[in-house]
Amino acid sequence: MRRNYRLLILLFPVIFWLVCFFLIPLMSVFAYSFIERGTYGGVRWNFTLENYQRLFDGLYLGILWRSVSTATVATALCLLLGYPFAYYLARYQPKWRNVLLLLVVIPFWTNFLIRTYAWILILRTEGVLNSLLAFLIPNVQPLELLNTPIAVQIGLVYGYLPFMILPLYASLEQLDLGLMEAAQDLGASPRRTFWHVTVPLSLPGILAGSMLVFIPTVGAFITPELLGGGKVSYIGNVVERQFKSARDWPFGSALSFLLMCIVLVGTVLYFRALQSSEDEMRT
Amino acid sequence: MKRILEINICLVFLFLYLPILAVVAFSFNSGEQTAVWQGFTFDWYAELFADADLWRACRNSLMVAGIATLIATVIGTATALAIERYRFRFREALVRCLYLPIIIPDIVLAIALLTFYVQTRMPLGLTSLIIAHSVFNIAFVTIVVRARLQGYDNSVEDAALDLGATEWQTFWRITLPLIAPGIIGGALLAFTLSIDDFVTTFFTAGVGWTTLSVHIYSLLKFGITPKINAISTMLLFNSIVFILLFLWFREKGARNSSGI
Repeated sequence: MRRNYRLLILLFPVIFWLVCFFLIPLMSVFAYSFIERGTYGGVRWNFTLENYQRLFDGLYLGILWRSVSTATVATALCLLLGYPFAYYLARYQPKWRNVLLLLVVIPFWTNFLIRTYAWILILRTEGVLNSLLAFLIPNVQPLELLNTPIAVQIGLVYGYLPFMILPLYASLEQLDLGLMEAAQDLGASPRRTFWHVTVPLSLPGILAGSMLVFIPTVGAFITPELLGGGKVSYIGNVVERQFKSARDWPFGSALSFLLMCIVLVGTVLYFRALQSSEDEMRT
Repeated sequence: MKRILEINICLVFLFLYLPILAVVAFSFNSGEQTAVWQGFTFDWYAELFADADLWRACRNSLMVAGIATLIATVIGTATALAIERYRFRFREALVRCLYLPIIIPDIVLAIALLTFYVQTRMPLGLTSLIIAHSVFNIAFVTIVVRARLQGYDNSVEDAALDLGATEWQTFWRITLPLIAPGIIGGALLAFTLSIDDFVTTFFTAGVGWTTLSVHIYSLLKFGITPKINAISTMLLFNSIVFILLFLWFREKGARNSSGI
């Protein structure tokens, strides 16, 4: 009995906090997505499905597609850069390994706005990249990269690369080198060993890293705003505009609810894939 | 093959650090607006120290992050203890629900809270910010403290109880000191995330409560000035100090627990 009493004391604050300040707010945004927009930026409490119908407008489907494909490309690029990096790091001499890992983590602890802003300095017309180009190749046309989808893509890869490297490193570091040697001793080529032994064994890291990159990038708001100059719309900016300048809260709520659904579907798929990769390893 | 991997390492580090180095370098550049080096100066730092708005924003950030971290550390530690030490019916459901605030995109959490505040007629300001920050901080503190609780064996506690310590004494003198590095680590992580948070703050701050991130954002939207480079460099320096502190506590914790 006393044990139950103690458990209740430990759990009460978190349950209270989560219900009041997380679950009820989520329900509130869900409720907002079904009501009408008022004339002066307010709302009218009449039930409507119009906000969801608008989502299937060509315009918003296009924006949705751009967000999802940009996040997918960002995830793929992070994996492409991060996998060989983590692989090499996991085999580096232990003395220096932690220092190198620390160097990966430092940018992650730095303010995201500033890390994104740094790319403005690099990419703008009179920026570092163009100065460098002009120095290397005289009379070259400066590249107009800032405020384009390419800049957004670079910014997203930059912002979330550490999220890919860390889980990859964690799973590659635990990898039993003996298994790879065994595969090679039994006559597998290095390439075959890599694809049939190393990759499947590091699958949990690949999945975790992909999820950690995909989820924040699909709803990204700062990067498109600063590096895209607000000229290219992504779902995050559109949501922001509904709440700040357009004052159409019901539609913004419907959009963010959709965003949450995409992310939750992604999360469920992730756990499924993780489960099946673990099952496979056991057999 | 090894060569390719080495080149990749160098490229990734270049990619990670070139932008940061550019910001630091330009914070000492006396030329305005250009990417050309025009001589060394501390002018931008002087300007930064004279900026009253910036300091007010700094103070606001520290206040929000400090109080939100305190709340999250207490609630998060209690939650971690409950999850790791007890078996109860809704344990799995609680774990899932607990991590939801950090799984969903920050903009969704921000908007959910904004609509909630407006509906409950709660004024936007210090309180609304502290609540918003503690919601995502609780999850991070719980993760770090749970990891710590899983890492040591609780036979030490059983021993204390067997030797006649009361449960209360055991908690204060055995459990708490043992998980302290986890609690401090979690608190430092929460504090950093709070200071850095922009999206949640941007939506739930209201007009009067500008935090450092929101202040920087408005500066960036207004136009790029060398002062921003100076602010960024200061913040970078802070992050490095913080991460070293975090690692030091973790290291110290690891040594303490292995000494027992």
